[in-house]
Amino acid sequence: MRVSEKGLGAQIGFRFDGVAYTGRAGDTVASALLANGVRLMGRSFKYHRPRGVFSAGSEEPNALVTIGTGARSEPNVRATVQEIYEGLEVRSQSAWPSLKFDVMAVNDLAAPFLGAGFYYKTFMWPKAFWEKLYEPVIRRAAGLGSLSGQHNADTYDRAFAFCDLLVVGSGPAGLMAATVAADAGLDVILCDEDTAMGGRLLAEIEDIGGGTAADWAAAQVARLAAMPNVRLMTRTTVTGAYDGGVYGALERVTHHVPRSAAPLECFWRITARRAVLCAGALERPIAFENNDRPGIMMAGAVRAYLNRWGVTAGKLVAVFGNNDDAHRTARDLHAAGVAVAALIDSRADAEVGDVPYPVHLGAQVCGSSGRLGLTGIKVRQGDAQIDIAADCLAVSGGWNPTVHLTCHMNGRPAWREDIAAFVPVPDMVPGLEAAGACNGAFSTAACLAEGAAAASRAVEALGGEATAPALPEAEDRAYRLSPLWAVAGKGRAWLDFQNDVSVKDVKQAAVENFRSVEHMKRYTTQGMATDQGKNSNVGALAVLADATGRGIPETGTTTFRPPYSPIAIAALGAGAQGKGFAPQRFTTSHQQTIEMGAPMIEAGLWYRPSYFPRAGETTWRQSCDREVGYVRQTVGVCDVSTLGKIDIQGPDAGKLLDFVYTGMFSTLKVGRVRYGLMLREDGTVMDDGTCARMGPEHFVMTTTTAAAGEVMRHLEFVTQALHPDWAVAFTSVTEQWAQFAVAGPKSLELLNGVLDTPVDNDSWPFMACGEVGVMGVAGRLFRISFSGEHAYEVAVPARYGAALFAELVRRAEAKEGGAYGMEALNVLRIEKGHITHSEIHGRVTAFDVCMERMVSDKKDCIGKVMAARDGLVDPMRERLVGLRPVGAVKQLSAGAHIFETGAAHVHANDQGYVTSVCYSPDMGTMIGLGFVKNGPARMGERMIVRDHVRDLTVEVEICSPVFVDPEGGRLRG
Amino acid sequence: MRINCPLCGERDRREFYYKGAAVALARPGRDAGAQAWDEYVHLRENPAGKTHDLWQHEAGCGAWIVVVRNTVTHEVYETALAADVKRSMGA
Amino acid sequence: MGKLERISPCAGLLPVSIGGLTVSEIDVGQITSVTPFEGAARAAIDRAIGLPFPAPGQTTGDAGHRLVWMGQGEGFLLGAVPDPNLGAYAAVVDQSDAWAVVALTGAGGADVLARLVPVDMRLRAFPVGATVRSQLGHMNASITRTEEDTFMIAVFRSMAVTLVHELTTALEAVAARG
Repeated sequence: MRVSEKGLGAQIGFRFDGVAYTGRAGDTVASALLANGVRLMGRSFKYHRPRGVFSAGSEEPNALVTIGTGARSEPNVRATVQEIYEGLEVRSQSAWPSLKFDVMAVNDLAAPFLGAGFYYKTFMWPKAFWEKLYEPVIRRAAGLGSLSGQHNADTYDRAFAFCDLLVVGSGPAGLMAATVAADAGLDVILCDEDTAMGGRLLAEIEDIGGGTAADWAAAQVARLAAMPNVRLMTRTTVTGAYDGGVYGALERVTHHVPRSAAPLECFWRITARRAVLCAGALERPIAFENNDRPGIMMAGAVRAYLNRWGVTAGKLVAVFGNNDDAHRTARDLHAAGVAVAALIDSRADAEVGDVPYPVHLGAQVCGSSGRLGLTGIKVRQGDAQIDIAADCLAVSGGWNPTVHLTCHMNGRPAWREDIAAFVPVPDMVPGLEAAGACNGAFSTAACLAEGAAAASRAVEALGGEATAPALPEAEDRAYRLSPLWAVAGKGRAWLDFQNDVSVKDVKQAAVENFRSVEHMKRYTTQGMATDQGKNSNVGALAVLADATGRGIPETGTTTFRPPYSPIAIAALGAGAQGKGFAPQRFTTSHQQTIEMGAPMIEAGLWYRPSYFPRAGETTWRQSCDREVGYVRQTVGVCDVSTLGKIDIQGPDAGKLLDFVYTGMFSTLKVGRVRYGLMLREDGTVMDDGTCARMGPEHFVMTTTTAAAGEVMRHLEFVTQALHPDWAVAFTSVTEQWAQFAVAGPKSLELLNGVLDTPVDNDSWPFMACGEVGVMGVAGRLFRISFSGEHAYEVAVPARYGAALFAELVRRAEAKEGGAYGMEALNVLRIEKGHITHSEIHGRVTAFDVCMERMVSDKKDCIGKVMAARDGLVDPMRERLVGLRPVGAVKQLSAGAHIFETGAAHVHANDQGYVTSVCYSPDMGTMIGLGFVKNGPARMGERMIVRDHVRDLTVEVEICSPVFVDPEGGRLRG
Repeated sequence: MRINCPLCGERDRREFYYKGAAVALARPGRDAGAQAWDEYVHLRENPAGKTHDLWQHEAGCGAWIVVVRNTVTHEVYETALAADVKRSMGA
Repeated sequence: MGKLERISPCAGLLPVSIGGLTVSEIDVGQITSVTPFEGAARAAIDRAIGLPFPAPGQTTGDAGHRLVWMGQGEGFLLGAVPDPNLGAYAAVVDQSDAWAVVALTGAGGADVLARLVPVDMRLRAFPVGATVRSQLGHMNASITRTEEDTFMIAVFRSMAVTLVHELTTALEAVAARG
């Protein structure tokens, strides 16, 4: 019920479960529903008990709702955080068919059987039932809101921010800290999860500096907002503290407005040189029988709804507490004209003064009544028990400092007996200091002082000078309480409202010897719901401490981990969906390739054509066979720009190459290319490629597409960390050159059509290289071949790449050849036994690929010593061979394993495996490459290739991996 | 996590590539023997405390960096260019 | 024989203007990677380039003749053709075609880059003339503030489409917030 319209905005219409309501601008769903007299807002997760709003902040365990419709619907939104806007659709969750009549509430009747550990004990057996029966049923019965099942249509943003000082929380401590730091010239970010800055000052009736607290807060905020070195971020929850002064923060950008072009949320990564935590405190409940009825709320929340939103949570409100702070709720309600049914204080010696409502000291609330909402409470005072009518009970068990962020780097808070609460220990997060209520300082005056002091220390730590500000006069009452966690009684008294954990469950855990707080948590699920037990964990561990006969400090807390409040995965992954997932690298021939209809495959970040389909071809194999034919019979053109190209220069360039390649490169003649094998230091093959000597001190190395980055890093490592004295420099030129393979018997003829000066077999023999003019452009020509045919690679600066590709393809087509893609390239290289990373997959040595003779004896190189270990040159190692089907089944598959004929197809008999297969048009059959134990010595042996996955058994003959032109005549001719 | 690149200043950890122990700087000679090579390539301390690691500022300047840090607290004590460290090793 | 047509890295992709900011492709002329060899005489290198070699994070020169620090030991000479003698002291490599270079112009560019770059790009931390090697999204990038309201951004040529996509997304996110 709305009792005051003061400071409220325009009227706003919204719907809850299809019913139209009116609220005011600035209302949360919770305050607006309370203003409309709606108390029942949800059902509990496990027992489907009716629940109402419990708090006025992000700690809310009960009032979780789904907002929006269709693809834009969002489940598990806290009604206490969600602001209303015109047309907002709100739906309740965890209830079917309706909130008021929920059939799953039958769980509540079965509660004696559903206590802590029920699932663990019951659904153990039979094992097969778990996936098919138990889990689906449990999931349907339990449950929060559900996702729409549609693609998330909302956009999310992410950003980095930097500051000298991050202030988390904008209550009195935070505002003071930000002001002191900003006045000292620091670059300040002040974050608050609330819609407005001010923290508890917005919810309390008190004065600061002679005016109202809310006015003081507004003035401070206005002053900060005008300063260029201050960034104010409302609706922004700092969710985690990480190493090196990095903080995660979730900004809810447009949750409070109708559909907008702006992102829904923004996830900030804030790097702060120092931080002050002014996160305040969370009020904690007291457990008693049936303490979860709608209408039973935190006392501070009742006060907040009244003072900030002009809403009373009930018409007849009882207040129950163990501390003086609860008295403020009764006082404020009465002042606002709301009937106070009673003030019940568990302390017999509490000082209440002369108040015009019934006061029960040394009394406890021990029960409640009302099916879907509170109608009355039972109060026990000594031996007497009385019933008091009330539709709202405001409970305060004291306040817990919001220490969460200080614990995110493994720190453990310390117990403070005088306030019966955990407080941060200094330096739990380096550079972060807690101030105000989150540090256990509960009066407004103390908050102001601590905020100012913490900021001054931060300023000084950063080398600045802070002037001690004049602190305004403010409320400075002592905080007095006598701990009371749970009222004795037989019925179920709830601790964790969201996961339905009762006092009895925690005691049961202790009985079953789950005495560690971490074990109790997992056994009972205490604190494991989306609210992470913000208002219940301390109470639960106090009950556990009691049940185990230990003190609270010895019992300790569970671990606080990020995030402080839930974050959508979509926000964490903002920017990384769709095209933002990874960069796309396109070659200069990409556009034409797409126009030619080629399906693209990903090679690392690159996109390369799979094949170029022609009209009339119905399978990729037809296209592939045709393209292989180009290269073997006429001429084919393929973009090979994706291979890594590294330009290496300097007096010590040869030295570097000799050191990273197994072979000798310092002796390579200018104008010649050599194949090279690169090892890791452990002796396995890292990569292979060619290296061309363009000048006396100038080489161009090529790497495979896949390993380009790794090789670059490796060269950086060698030259910086092993040989910083070498005069050699290198840089990637992969992107500078568009490079095309022109391969096949007619390649020379084709090339001479585009070269400014024709070449021939004598001037450009196999493995020659040099600079050439390509249609008037300075380019490079390499006589190298991956296909085994007479072939070249021609390179031009990338700006000419698209034009040259078009020209080469046009000319190839005129010679009855054309472009070929990755499928054909793969066939061509398998037919020649050329390895790729299918073979050099990280576990093979030069010996395994039968290139041990390429490891030069004349010098040291990376991997040389370790490659010579006995185990790495054992002939019984699996070594490279060719495979040819010889039985009825001709199908080969990569990944299949190889066995001796007659041996069982089991691991113990494994003789090797298949790495690459293709259909070879030249051989008229499928062929493969693989590794077989002692392979080179087993040529001609018949073996069995077994693929357990595809259920294929194929008889093969072990053969040379070079299927086509083993003498290499075509290369040189 | 933030790492101070001796060239670029303090940067986000995402810009760095991690290799492993800075032992990798002390490459044995070709004839150092099996044990020295085994230790160089394979044997690593796994301390709960101070380590000397090699990182590369791969998405930044490309410098290889020796990072002295604590595996328990994640505190970074100091950083230096691997090239400078190598030179100071006199190799 | 015909002539080969030139195509710039961002052909058909730019310019893009959103919310008062514009991304446009810029032609910086010849791009030459200069990496002095270990032990080479610095003064001779500076003479050959005509500009002092910049310290990490710095640039020297101006539009048309600028030397941008590009990482450990490497600088990019933009616009000018280096003295042929430079090759005696440094690796000199033509990189004119290897990079997609764009300008982000307009007020609030730092807010856009804050979506993409994990470095403080605000004027007080990143003044005119400052340069950085860092990531832009998932791409390795070189970013230089050439004027108070202009950033020069370079990524590998092959990633031009992704560069434009990332900048456009960030521009839209910032503009939509008003």
